[in-house]
Amino acid sequence: MKLVALIEFLRARLRAVIWCCWGLLGLLVVLDIFVDKHHAHTAAEHIPGFWAVFGFIACTLIIFVSKWYGKAGIMTREDFYDE
Amino acid sequence: MSSLWIHPAAILLLGAALLPLIPEKLRKGWLLAVPVLVFARVLMLEHGVFGQVQFAQWTLTFGRVDRLSQVFGFIMALMAIIGTLYGLHVRRAAEHVAAWVYVAGSIGAIYAGDLITLFLFWELMAFSSVFLIWFRGRKQSLSAGYRYLLVHTAGGLSLLAGILLHYGATGSFEFVAFDVDRPTAAVWFVTIGFILNAAVPPLHAWLPDAYGEGTFNGSVFLCAFTTKTAVYALCRGVPGLDILVPLGVIMALYGVVYAVLENDSRRLLAYHIISQVGYMVAGVGLGDAGTPFGQLAINGACAHAFAHILYKGLLFMGCGAVLHQTGESRFTSLGGLYQKMPWTFLFTLIGGLSISAFPLFSGFVSKSMIVQAGFDSHTLWAAFLLMLASAGTFLHTGLKVPYYIWFGKNNCSKETWERAQDPGWNMNAAMAVTAFLCIFIGCFPQYLYALLPFPVEYQPYTAYHLSETMQVLCFTALGFFLFLKKLTPEAKISLDFDLLYRKGGQAFLWLARHPIQWVDTAVGDIYRAGGLIPLMLGSKVIGLFDNKVVDGLVDGVAATVGSIGGKLRGLQRGSVQENLTVAFAVAAVAVVALLLIVS
Repeated sequence: MKLVALIEFLRARLRAVIWCCWGLLGLLVVLDIFVDKHHAHTAAEHIPGFWAVFGFIACTLIIFVSKWYGKAGIMTREDFYDE
Repeated sequence: MSSLWIHPAAILLLGAALLPLIPEKLRKGWLLAVPVLVFARVLMLEHGVFGQVQFAQWTLTFGRVDRLSQVFGFIMALMAIIGTLYGLHVRRAAEHVAAWVYVAGSIGAIYAGDLITLFLFWELMAFSSVFLIWFRGRKQSLSAGYRYLLVHTAGGLSLLAGILLHYGATGSFEFVAFDVDRPTAAVWFVTIGFILNAAVPPLHAWLPDAYGEGTFNGSVFLCAFTTKTAVYALCRGVPGLDILVPLGVIMALYGVVYAVLENDSRRLLAYHIISQVGYMVAGVGLGDAGTPFGQLAINGACAHAFAHILYKGLLFMGCGAVLHQTGESRFTSLGGLYQKMPWTFLFTLIGGLSISAFPLFSGFVSKSMIVQAGFDSHTLWAAFLLMLASAGTFLHTGLKVPYYIWFGKNNCSKETWERAQDPGWNMNAAMAVTAFLCIFIGCFPQYLYALLPFPVEYQPYTAYHLSETMQVLCFTALGFFLFLKKLTPEAKISLDFDLLYRKGGQAFLWLARHPIQWVDTAVGDIYRAGGLIPLMLGSKVIGLFDNKVVDGLVDGVAATVGSIGGKLRGLQRGSVQENLTVAFAVAAVAVVALLLIVS
């Protein structure tokens, strides 16, 4: 099965894959400097890498706020409704 | 009109009625032929009003065909083919019959030109789809099905009440856009009926409850038809109703929050339906047809419903295949399956990339229309919050689902691991076709745009949009891998609004134990802080005075402070009722004061 072989190939070179990902992240921010922004709606969007920061903060917020919410009593044992 | 006009839903109903009579050998052929015939019939439909029947003094219109009904009819019929192909090997004819009657209900509601016909097909959907849950055969499925039916009956009643009030006021059953600038009680009742089916919080808890409990292929049908028929009804009935914008944004975020907590893969996907339908509901809210951004918003809602049916179907097929093969859908009992089910992984990943709106996948060309309409209408808060929710979408459906099923820690039991393998040809074929369509729409959006109700000028592939999307998504991925430990699924369930009707009296006790107790403690803390700090300040002042002023005076002050402190302590120690009484009293005084000032 070639698909499995490809996945194993990438997993065997995890370090290189991770470096490529870091490179991609950097490249995206660098490219953003040169992108034509006349479609932007707010002044903040003209800052290079605005959406990168937005995405990272959004992700962090979602994880921590949701976990806090879950721990505040929303998450409960699996057999909660069984009794 | 022409008496020979054949309703696509009629073909499906007839096919369903005859199915049990078809010999076993020919059954698979029949199962494929009927939905294909329905799809062909939908493609052949011409615009206009057909199938009018006189019933008492009213005219029922079964076939109102225009651009709006056609785009929904098209995708529903297409999904009927895919869903049936996916479950082709299911032996029990009744399961196929239930699914087809359900689809017929949806198609019938979409082509309905009057509110009575709409209501009839609306109820047909609810009463046929419940079997897709019951057929799973677990003890939990039975009660989940009853709850599903109960909630939808309540929604149906609200819809009926609205329809009758509307008839009383206007004398017409025609299903056209209501006056959303001056909504009457009738409009609100109808809207409540619609948004219950669209799963708008707090009327949403039936969805994860039911869809997580459906059969492996039943949930593939469920995830497509009920909510998207409701989106159609909203587009038709209440475009531009302002309140739908905040409701849609709340939906989009609500689903994301619960998806973080969810341990069952199919319930996670169900919460993401709520999130994605939130975009469509917000789109309808922005959809004032008289403005360019309104037309873009309605187009966006329709395009997103179209794309959503395909990629969400694909995701449910992927997770359904895992459930079908291994008997497990919880992350804490799965993991590391890429060696066993690589193709299911690939197809699910394509679904995940589509829902996350990666460039070249279908969500990219549809979701962005709604966000763009938000920016164009200067509803910036809504547009930014929808962008935030889309980070959450990628976080869960694009990353969490594939990671914790196919990679991550292997939690499989020996039995699960041995049973796991890619599913049979028909399930693979259904997933492959859907995956192809997701990519096709993403690469060639013009074919989808040509189906939409209004002409499309929107161009998704601009350098700025590409840069924006790739940054948000890739930095979300960074967050995922940095906080991977935080996201590890826990073998728990999350309480939602269904608690109210699942636990009844116990729910009240829970409320008393948790949130109210929390408020009580918080109030106590505030009193303690609020009592102690002035107390200490007071004693400082007293210390100053102590040197200079008569001791007796000091004693007097101390006694006063002591009695105030005692009263405060009494309040914070006092039970919930006491604190609530004080809070209500303060609120009542504030309201009265406000009224006096205002008047």
